[in-house]
Amino acid sequence: MAHRAWYAARDAVSVSQLHTHTLYVHGHSPAHRLPSHVKVAALLVFLLGVVSTPREAFWAFGAHAAVLAVAARTAQLTAPFMVRRMLVEVPFVLFAAFLPFLGPDPRIEVLGISLSQEGLWGAWSILARATLGTGAAVLLAATTEVPDILTGLSRLRVPAVLVAIAGFMVRYLDVLADELGRMRTAAAVRGFRQRGRGALRALASVAGSLFIRAYERGERIHAAMVVRGYRGVMPQPFASPAVAADWSRGLALPLVGVTVAVLAVLL
Amino acid sequence: MHIPDGFLNAATSIGTGVVAAGGIGAALRQTGKSIAVDKRVPLAGITAAVIFVLQMLNFPVALGTSGHLLGGALAAILLGPWMGVLVVTVVVGVQALVFADGGVSAIGPNIFNMAIVTALVGWAVFRLVRMVTPPTRWGVLTATFLAGLLSVVASSVAFSIQYAIGGQGGAPLPAVFGAMASVHTIIGIGEGVISAAIVGALLSTRPDLVAGAADLRGQSVGSSRGTVIVGALLAAVLAFGVAPFANPNPDGLERVAIDLGFMDEATDPATATSPLADYVVEGLGENALSIGLAGVVGALMVALVAWLIVRGMRRGTPSR
Repeated sequence: MAHRAWYAARDAVSVSQLHTHTLYVHGHSPAHRLPSHVKVAALLVFLLGVVSTPREAFWAFGAHAAVLAVAARTAQLTAPFMVRRMLVEVPFVLFAAFLPFLGPDPRIEVLGISLSQEGLWGAWSILARATLGTGAAVLLAATTEVPDILTGLSRLRVPAVLVAIAGFMVRYLDVLADELGRMRTAAAVRGFRQRGRGALRALASVAGSLFIRAYERGERIHAAMVVRGYRGVMPQPFASPAVAADWSRGLALPLVGVTVAVLAVLL
Repeated sequence: MHIPDGFLNAATSIGTGVVAAGGIGAALRQTGKSIAVDKRVPLAGITAAVIFVLQMLNFPVALGTSGHLLGGALAAILLGPWMGVLVVTVVVGVQALVFADGGVSAIGPNIFNMAIVTALVGWAVFRLVRMVTPPTRWGVLTATFLAGLLSVVASSVAFSIQYAIGGQGGAPLPAVFGAMASVHTIIGIGEGVISAAIVGALLSTRPDLVAGAADLRGQSVGSSRGTVIVGALLAAVLAFGVAPFANPNPDGLERVAIDLGFMDEATDPATATSPLADYVVEGLGENALSIGLAGVVGALMVALVAWLIVRGMRRGTPSR
């Protein structure tokens, strides 16, 4: 039953996140002001450190958590906020909770329960790294608006096709949600009840027509963009170039994480 | 299905990541550069958005991992296999960066399992089924259903193999495989039905949007035989890779023993104590039971969640 509660929590988070702009927290902190591609690069560098830290080095994971906390503080994000956002990781790390029971011998006794040593290590490793990874990604999303993340990706030389698809996807998520809302209202107005076999067939056709309606709206949007000069790359009139100071400010904390990882490997 | 940070060891993540990068590179070359202003981009965008939403419907799998619809086969059928790869790659990438869904460091394995395997295996199944079914609407829908189903199963198998190679924590592999494959067979049925519903609706009103059914309009499907062969080979490799775990009869067990005997000899003493070697010596007799049990539990959980979702949708209908 714990499962049901967790998944209900996750669904509540996910559905509210369908509108991507709700992930962003308006602010003027130094973290908000950093150029977006610096932030994406910082996220990748930090995670490189987290992933290569050996699981036995507890102190190093503590240090990584401290780095993340300092970054969150700089971004003026509160602890309750971070924790709430990080709940998305719960379904993914549930697997870890089972490992101590299913892992191989040797086993140790903890409070009278026989647990696998390897399983305990595995669970700790997954939980620690996934929590740090989720926290860092939450930090990026909370301080960077989605169009800026896309701009950042294209500045990091991600192929234009991928950035273009991502851009349309993010826009169409809202189109899709709005279109679904209209169709539900229309169905309710006509007395639709979701019961019986007929209802299932109706739901299947809802999926199909939702796709077509959203697509045809998207097609018009695309045509409008093309006649206004869109050639596959969005113009970036306000994107400021990153100066050396931006890079050093953005990468300072992740590099602390990498140093910690290197020390943990060596010690 | 999204692998979090720290779930696989670095070597496995990086190795799979290199393979995934190669796949994306091939897809970029195949789709070409002119795409940005052509009509396929909005279609790719809306397909990505739909897949994004479909992937949010999560079902718990026994052992605490989760499964969900994947959408790669649908993307391949609507846009062609390589564009399909790119679309799901984008979905997975945005989920990792913006939604903290799936680890950023595990993005290679995630893209491989959810984008490359689903789109290429789905496309191969789709094309092969279409060869043996009549060129009609029902032929296309049957092929779509089977492509959706098998692409999801193939993806769960790819996940299980990665866990076998570099997973943390030493959970028994047959149980992981049994739970993933059996639950994803059921999820795959859902995937097949939804994919067929969308393709069916498109065939009725906008058949020009279904690349995989271009032949129904007298055009060529425009994908090489090579791609189908790549997808079919991928499926064959996956099927072969799990054969030792998937087969609970005595031959299968012997097979495991032979493989592992071989492995013990081939690896140095340091890795001979790894969970893999350890487990198979210890738990061989429980394999069939744990596969079966995990499968049954997983199936019940999927049924329960499906029922809850349907109920939730009923309640969520506006009563105005």
